[in-house]
Amino acid sequence: VNNSLLVVLIASGIAYGTPLLFGALGELLTERSGVLNLGVEGMMLVGAVMGFWTVERVHAGAVATLVLAVLVAAFSGAVMAAIHAFLAITLRASQIVSGLALTLFAGAAGLSSYLGNDLNLSDLPANHAFHAVFPASMQRWSIVGPIVFGQNPLVYASWVLVVAITYYLARTRPGLNLRAVGESPAAADAMGVSVVKYRYLHTLAGGALAGVAGATFTLAITPQWVDGITEGAGWIAIALVIFAFWRPGLCLIGAYFFGALQALAPELQARSINLGPTELWSNALPYVATVVVLVFVSWRGGRRRLGAPAALGIPYAREEPA
Amino acid sequence: VRLAVERRLEQPRWLAVAVPLASIVFAFAVAAVVLVVTGHDPISSYRQLFDAAFVSNGSIDQTLISATPLAFTGLAAAAAFRMRIFNIGAEGQLYMGAITGAAAGLYFGGRGGPSAFAIAAMVVAGCAGGALWASIPGVLRAFFGTSEILTSLMLNYVAGFVLTYLIFQSESYWRQTKGFNATVFPTGKPLPASAVWPTWTVHAQGGIAVPLGAGFAVLAGIVLWVLYRRTRFGFEVQVLGDSDGAARYAGVRTRRKILAVMAISGAVAGLGGASQVGDFAHALDGDPNGLQKLGYGYSGIVVAALGRYNPFAVLLVAFLIGGLDNAGNTLQGADFPSGLVGVIQGIILFSALGGELLTRHRVRVLRTPAPVEAVS
Repeated sequence: VNNSLLVVLIASGIAYGTPLLFGALGELLTERSGVLNLGVEGMMLVGAVMGFWTVERVHAGAVATLVLAVLVAAFSGAVMAAIHAFLAITLRASQIVSGLALTLFAGAAGLSSYLGNDLNLSDLPANHAFHAVFPASMQRWSIVGPIVFGQNPLVYASWVLVVAITYYLARTRPGLNLRAVGESPAAADAMGVSVVKYRYLHTLAGGALAGVAGATFTLAITPQWVDGITEGAGWIAIALVIFAFWRPGLCLIGAYFFGALQALAPELQARSINLGPTELWSNALPYVATVVVLVFVSWRGGRRRLGAPAALGIPYAREEPA
Repeated sequence: VRLAVERRLEQPRWLAVAVPLASIVFAFAVAAVVLVVTGHDPISSYRQLFDAAFVSNGSIDQTLISATPLAFTGLAAAAAFRMRIFNIGAEGQLYMGAITGAAAGLYFGGRGGPSAFAIAAMVVAGCAGGALWASIPGVLRAFFGTSEILTSLMLNYVAGFVLTYLIFQSESYWRQTKGFNATVFPTGKPLPASAVWPTWTVHAQGGIAVPLGAGFAVLAGIVLWVLYRRTRFGFEVQVLGDSDGAARYAGVRTRRKILAVMAISGAVAGLGGASQVGDFAHALDGDPNGLQKLGYGYSGIVVAALGRYNPFAVLLVAFLIGGLDNAGNTLQGADFPSGLVGVIQGIILFSALGGELLTRHRVRVLRTPAPVEAVS
């Protein structure tokens, strides 16, 4: 059973979907505060390179090094997000152009590539990587073995995060304030909630999660550094937030769906199932599927954009009309 | 002392020039900090950069090779962004223009007609290929309200896969299938001589070869300027960009305008693709580490923003950023790690954006009012 196409696709869909999930959860927090950050791809890549650098340069126990690497990745993602936060929140620049600038600055031909080159990280085998933690006998259990017990610790961390963010948004005072800031900053301001503080904090949190998403690539999925290793995952993560109507639980389902689409290509080739120009359509599949689902969602959602924070993308300044 | 930021009622003209210039200076200063922190000497790096970009023998030739595609993608981005239509798809539209342009060149160049005819066919095909590819996000935006940002970006990846597929994974019309080399490493079929775009030599710096594509880029800039500044169409599109609702009440056909702007933007990027084939590569470049690594479509956004979406300024900025790109390629090595050019471009864009605030707003220093004396 464990070798059937469906089980393999679900198990590897979860593995490949985890960086998408981290990225989407981060962007969800940012967007819920009313800030659109299109720099996810760039923040992911910087997180990926810095996480990998930590693993290569720090000599400590495997667990300590990996935990440190994830923290470094989160921190570097947050630093990148701080640039966007300053431009978008304080200077009230166009959030779309600023986010794009962040991806150009940090992305595949920018800072991440510069750091990867300058720190000599290309073509190195990883000193440590995240592996499955449960005993091999449990991983052999049918169906739940590979799907639940065959995953690396980052996957379990992402599950905890989904629950935590859902609880935070629905059941806590800061979560409620956050939603107020995203829906109606003027009302939140009048209530005594600091719009600037909430927007900064959640933009930084979004960056930190994007950094962790990048580290998921270089520490778990393919433990090495390659220029532009994320291959557009950051953009798919942004699209996922829209598909998920800005809800964490739906982000998880969407991320695993897209993860499975990415896993489909190598899996079909491994089983020598040939369906026409396989390389072309299976490479392009996740990207085409993103477009199709986006169209479907925006069409059904119509003008109301189900769940989109009302103030998304609009800078806030007291006493100045939007 | 407090600072107050307030809206300017009028924007002084000199700021439109001063802000982009200051952005470039600021970007180089920040990049110098990055260089120092990572243990490089910024002064020597910058001297080499300037030398390789504009001074040394043959450097202008090389700069024009980088500047020409940037002029096209910059104009493509400017044509759309100015109207608040965020076409991030110039990259993919350029690939598509290269594919259709190369097809036209291979087909018409090999039939013994006049060279001008083959080149004209490539121009038309390149524009059409880019415009059609851009029309996909255009239609989705106009009829379904789907964000063109994400769809146009996703299609860049798809176009890249198509490009690689045509040369590396299939025996397509574009692929060289004869000869020894073709069996070792897949390449595109070379264009017939009559489909190769000519250059025009300027006598300076030991003879500068100006590619025909650079001429087309200037022409495209002029056409865009006239279209947006001097026609009813341009005015209506501008109204649409400023206020969707106002345009609709005034009877502007908003769907058609969105479609038209996307198609125009895509056509310019597609022409850039045809120019890549006709001017420089003389074959379709499907290598994932070739044309696709250069990211002209994305750099075009920097060019457009720095030129403040004005076609003529975009052409000038394309030349400067082209110099930066060219220097980055020639100098890659110890003093000039790869990725540095992207870093500098990113910072230029950040500072241009921050500078926008200064053109729109004025920063005033407020003195705290003197305490009022109590009346005794």
